[in-house]
Amino acid sequence: MNALFALVRKDILLYFRNRRAVAVTLAAPILIAAFFGAVLGGPPKKPSRVPVAVADLDRSAVSTEIVKAMKGDATFDLRDATEPEAIRLVREGKVRAAVVIPAGFGDQAPRALFSPRNGKPELVVHYDPSQAMTLALVKGLLAEHVMKGVTRAAFSGGTGMKTVREVREQVEKSPAMPPEQRRDLISLFDSIERVQAREANASEAASAFGEGLSLPFTTRESEVAGPEGRTYNGYAHAFAGMGVQFILFMGIELGVGLLLMRRMGLWKRLRAAPVSRALLLGSRIASGTVIACLLFIGIYAAAIAVFHVRIEGSLAGFVAVALAFAVLTSTFGLLIAALGKTPEATRGLAILATLLLVMLGGAWVPTFVFPEWLQRMTAYVPTRWAIDGLEAMTWRGQGFEAAIVPVAAMLAASLVFAGVAMRRFAWEE
Amino acid sequence: MLIATDLWKSYGNVAAVRGISLEARAGEIVGLLGPNGAGKSTTVAMLCGLTRPDRGSVTIAGEAIGDDASAAKRRVGLVPQDVSLFEDYGAAANLELFGALYGIAGDTLRSRVDSALSLVGLADQARARPATFSGGMKRRLNIAAALVHDPDVLLLDEPTVGVDPQSRNAIFDNLETLRSRGKALVYTTHYMEEAERLCDRIVIVDHGQVAASGDRVSLRALLPPKATRRYEIEGAVDESLLATLRTRGLAVRAADDASLEDVFLHLTGRQLRD
Repeated sequence: MNALFALVRKDILLYFRNRRAVAVTLAAPILIAAFFGAVLGGPPKKPSRVPVAVADLDRSAVSTEIVKAMKGDATFDLRDATEPEAIRLVREGKVRAAVVIPAGFGDQAPRALFSPRNGKPELVVHYDPSQAMTLALVKGLLAEHVMKGVTRAAFSGGTGMKTVREVREQVEKSPAMPPEQRRDLISLFDSIERVQAREANASEAASAFGEGLSLPFTTRESEVAGPEGRTYNGYAHAFAGMGVQFILFMGIELGVGLLLMRRMGLWKRLRAAPVSRALLLGSRIASGTVIACLLFIGIYAAAIAVFHVRIEGSLAGFVAVALAFAVLTSTFGLLIAALGKTPEATRGLAILATLLLVMLGGAWVPTFVFPEWLQRMTAYVPTRWAIDGLEAMTWRGQGFEAAIVPVAAMLAASLVFAGVAMRRFAWEE
Repeated sequence: MLIATDLWKSYGNVAAVRGISLEARAGEIVGLLGPNGAGKSTTVAMLCGLTRPDRGSVTIAGEAIGDDASAAKRRVGLVPQDVSLFEDYGAAANLELFGALYGIAGDTLRSRVDSALSLVGLADQARARPATFSGGMKRRLNIAAALVHDPDVLLLDEPTVGVDPQSRNAIFDNLETLRSRGKALVYTTHYMEEAERLCDRIVIVDHGQVAASGDRVSLRALLPPKATRRYEIEGAVDESLLATLRTRGLAVRAADDASLEDVFLHLTGRQLRD
């Protein structure tokens, strides 16, 4: 039996003989990825409605119209409340935001449409700072519903007529306004009043302003995830991240195992044999790589079978990325052993280093949520390349060429880790 | 078989070994005796090529112990002071692994593993894991692991630490068998009675130097003459003879030459306790 083969075989058998540890190493990433996947995306599904409270202090036709429109919007899960109650609901985290429509809004808003200089009514949006991303969504949709309600009121019905009459009087009495401009504005008001008179007599179906002014366009969302027709599966990111994290943990065990071997005097016996230092340490890299690959297979088998993660891109690219990460893991373990003094001290430090690596690599949350400077920095974190590579080959559906840079980056890091480890590894404690 | 000449080794400012020379011939057990910190383990590390001496040389059958893959290393078996086994790997699997490191494979490897396990009385435990073994069984397997590649020279670094008298006795029997097969053994210990029972020659080291060497008789001759001497008399002792000695003014006391270990073995038997 070849010495290298014997050493690698021994490591693999010993690792998988500890069935409880293997079960935990496989189950933990699957369970956590299932959780993260479900929370951060999961399989394609209808987005959940945003709970929002509204306090209508105005109770005018305009505000009632706005509340009605918001209730009909599938984005919101709207509930009526008084202002204090609405604020309390936000504070308790039961709604993400609360919109307060002030008293007099129905009168002031149409007037502000024609004469903004005379002041605009203020809509207050109370929001949960931990859900700040919701604020933009609420403000955007609120703008659309308010615009519709206010323009409808301005161009039809009693409120609009009264508003135009008042503004016309202001214009007629304005001494500073040039006569030419006054004449044009009065002509505009005449036209509006004619429209209002027609609208007042028309049925709702025949009304030109039945729905008020609306956005002059519609949008169509087109999800770009892998080949055409495929939709994003949030589990793909979660499994990439958690797979990387827990396989790196296995790398720590590999490194600590080397230190324990040193403490037990096993290295003395191995080194007494006519085999080189490179073969002894190289066998650990080889066995660590095989173990990491087998764990990868186990984790992704569950991801594919249960969570419908698919390798939409190049299968060869996926294998190359997984293999390069397996090499990275085993050389990382070797580096830990080379830099560590005792198994106890090394384990704690290695866990901290691993958590930093996976956090910066985007295993927990995608790197796009990081500040820009941090995103640039993560280009030097090898786990980032592992996760990017796995995502490119799974849900992004990219070809083999997209795997080349991640694989090269990981192999380069492995080379550095292995080089430092070979030079620094102390055979005796 | 093994010749070490003028070995020196320092760690920083501490000189662990200062000019030790020794020789072990085929069919001979050489004891390396000394207190803790005398330099025994460092010497053994240099003898098997684990540590490169600062000065001096080690040859096995004329070949120098050199780099990691030197041929001379194939002729040496090391029994480390610690039980150096993979505890969750089977007994035979451990030996197969260590045999493979010396380039042994196939039927030869299997036969050597069987033979080494038989020698140390663990043939029926081939598939068992060392983790389940007693301390004595582990020590015996520790020795077997150094024998799979059939070395000419066996270096034993305190191989009986922490074992019961039965296992120690069995280990001694194993070592005597190996001596009878023509192996050269270097046996490191700080137990005098072990050295006395096993070793053909003894090298006493202290402070990294050889303090004395030779067989038991020549070493005893180094002691200054005593006022009181003790003699062993073989055969039945006549009471009249003792009375005669007393009349000549000599003190005669009943001497019990059995050691406590003899009593222990008499009471508990020599059977191995696994």
